[in-house]
Amino acid sequence: MLRFALRRILQIIPTVIVVALLIFVIFSVVPGSFAASLFSDGRTSADPQLIARLTAEFGLDKPLHERFFTYLWDLARFDLGTSFRTRLPVIQMINERIWASLELAAAAMVFAIAIGVPLGFMAALRPGSILDTVTMIGAVSGLSLPQFWLGLLMMLLFALHLNWLPSFGYGGGSFRNLILPAVTLGVTPLALLARTTRAGVLDVMNSDFIRTAHSKGMSEGAVVRRHVARNALVLIVTTVGLQFGSLIGQAVVIEKLFAWPGIGSLLVDSVAIRDIPVVQGTILVIVLWFLVINTVVDLLYAAIDPRIKQE
Amino acid sequence: MLKRLSLAALLSVGMATMTFAQEPRYGGTFNFTAPYGSAFATLDTQASPSIQEQFLAFAIHRSLYSWDSHANTPVLELADSVDTSDDGTTYTYHLKKNAVFHNGTPLTADDFIFSFERLATAANALSGASYINIIKGVPEFGSGAATEIEGLKKIDDHTLEITLTTAGNPGFNLMEPTTAIYPADVPLEQQAINPVGLGAFVFKEHIPGSQIVVERFDDYYEEGRPYLDRVNIIVMSEGSARDVAFRNQEVDVSILGPVQYSAYQADPALKDNLLEVAETFTRNIGFSQTQVEAFKDKRVRQAINYAINTDLIIERLVKGKAVRAVSWLPVGLPAFDADAEPYPYDPEKAKELLKEAGYEDGFEFEVTATPNESWGVPIVEAILPMLAQVGITVRPRPVESAALASTVSADNFQAYIWSNLTGPDPLTVMRCFWSQTPQSACNYTAYSNPEYDKIYEAARAERDPAKQLELLKQANNFIQEEAPVWFFNYNKAVMAYQPWVHGLVPNATELALQPYDDIWIDDTAPANRK
Repeated sequence: MLRFALRRILQIIPTVIVVALLIFVIFSVVPGSFAASLFSDGRTSADPQLIARLTAEFGLDKPLHERFFTYLWDLARFDLGTSFRTRLPVIQMINERIWASLELAAAAMVFAIAIGVPLGFMAALRPGSILDTVTMIGAVSGLSLPQFWLGLLMMLLFALHLNWLPSFGYGGGSFRNLILPAVTLGVTPLALLARTTRAGVLDVMNSDFIRTAHSKGMSEGAVVRRHVARNALVLIVTTVGLQFGSLIGQAVVIEKLFAWPGIGSLLVDSVAIRDIPVVQGTILVIVLWFLVINTVVDLLYAAIDPRIKQE
Repeated sequence: MLKRLSLAALLSVGMATMTFAQEPRYGGTFNFTAPYGSAFATLDTQASPSIQEQFLAFAIHRSLYSWDSHANTPVLELADSVDTSDDGTTYTYHLKKNAVFHNGTPLTADDFIFSFERLATAANALSGASYINIIKGVPEFGSGAATEIEGLKKIDDHTLEITLTTAGNPGFNLMEPTTAIYPADVPLEQQAINPVGLGAFVFKEHIPGSQIVVERFDDYYEEGRPYLDRVNIIVMSEGSARDVAFRNQEVDVSILGPVQYSAYQADPALKDNLLEVAETFTRNIGFSQTQVEAFKDKRVRQAINYAINTDLIIERLVKGKAVRAVSWLPVGLPAFDADAEPYPYDPEKAKELLKEAGYEDGFEFEVTATPNESWGVPIVEAILPMLAQVGITVRPRPVESAALASTVSADNFQAYIWSNLTGPDPLTVMRCFWSQTPQSACNYTAYSNPEYDKIYEAARAERDPAKQLELLKQANNFIQEEAPVWFFNYNKAVMAYQPWVHGLVPNATELALQPYDDIWIDDTAPANRK
């Protein structure tokens, strides 16, 4: 188990390096630089001397490979660099924002699990029933709704028409402010969880050992508790993990819409002004988050089903 | 600040007359929206040329001058009076004696020297440096060749002498938030985290990506101001989200886009509380005189202006949220010629001109454009069939917003569509067509005409303000005739405000920038704001 865990953790390093390289290449290929983007609103005419000075200050005049190796060297020392725009350490900027993103992702996941898993279970236990049909139609709709549009609908309904909840902002960490963005963000994983839970449970229910359990005279409740739930759990844990991992990335749209102060909105801003150290740092954190969660899921997976680590 | 009221200006923008009928009320919270980004990049005002940070600057900081939105002119802010030398280059400021920084330190001439020296230091790479370049000796100090700025002299604690390189009104430059005066006794790195200024409000809290909270400064130098206890400057870049929040009365003001503008105008509950102003921005298509041979001929450039039905585009596509451009300088500026008429829509005349210029069979060019709905690809697509009618083939060349400035200033375009700042100082604006101005600065079309240079240089050298204005008017009319660009429109900025909000001003330099110290809210505001 320890070797398996170590191997999975070590795999993160090359992935991070490849991602870092990709971001580097992309941002050196696309037109526009940080210094020039300062003047892109046409408000101030670009001062060539200032642009040259900024370009030199941030080492943007050096060759790409040189900048990349400097970046990797810094990264090895857990230094994500300094923002061009704020001249603050990127780590500090991310630290200011990451907690709001985690809060949002966690709340969305709790919402998705609390509703999606029981729904999927109930639908699977009564396949073909009205509940099953409604749940699956709902799940397909949930998966196909654009989050941005859904968020706007939520705002219109719960903030404007019913006046139950605030439509935007962090509200100093108030729970009421969290509800709308978290529900909007949670709808996709909820739908996915309902579907995978249903599929997983149905799969287990149709397997031989369940028939054996039934034929031994085990009660329906006991079969579900002891066999179905445990076996379906593998699939549910994977789905939860993958979804939780990708939620921070998905939150970019939601954070912007609801003026939520997470790293998603930091990323959008930084891309727009070509603040490359912040873009790199933020994407790296999102990727790391995804990788770590995936590794945890794999480990959990192995713990639940020992056959997996042998493969 | 900004207390002069011009009745005409107020009527022209349709402000509620309640402003005059009621006595201003003290107290309350104002939920302001900052619509130009998902966050404040820095709280160090001097370090940011972007408009988003100016929302904060207006609350916390003050510069030597400020902008009077009613008179459309810079006015003294941190000085009670100024003496000007006969040659118009030396200004002696009698600084306000009751101006105090938020940390309790009184303002002195040293703070100006401290602030300007920071800006002037080339190694700091601050964009405000370009504004203070008008002061004698700034480049020498910046490069380290001099130990002090020659044109900056402290006479005593409350008297400051500024000598300019050439005569001119320093107000246009020294009113910029990037030239805000910082206290000399507060470490500069502090300004990016916990800013200390001279403004009517004290910095309270910053939640990155969400909002900035400022609170009333009791020792503010303007007696009886501010009215508000607290201002929440809320980051809301998403127009639709701002719309919901405004309708839900969670925010007090909202900047509107073209679609919202039509919707608000049609809504009886909202249409009476719209503040509109033609801002000092000119949307235009600039024609590169280095990349496209045809653009070197004035008749071709004029033909394009005749061939496009500009009014139709403004009406249908921009939903009336624009003021038809006549020339380069926007309407409302003193150097704008009120008698000048825009190019009429006349395709026949366009064809005639093209024929005269030898382009009877037409030619092709591409327009570099961002996705902007009001001055980007959608507009280029609209002019495409109009120009096709006179034989000109146009192709849009899409670029991302961040890439436009670098593409244009690097001369990597045939034509561009952009919204350029064209105010408030006509002398600075008209410099962009002077042949000595590099393309990378603002002479984007590489326009060069000795006749124009003569007018501009005469205006620059003129000491008499009235005569200078006349020359600038002439320069602007000359550029209209020369048509180095397609004159599209001046941005009409629209701000929706809640009925309980008073004291907003038609700020033509940027409507979203409002003097928080003049704003107050009446008793009809929701309970959580009163």
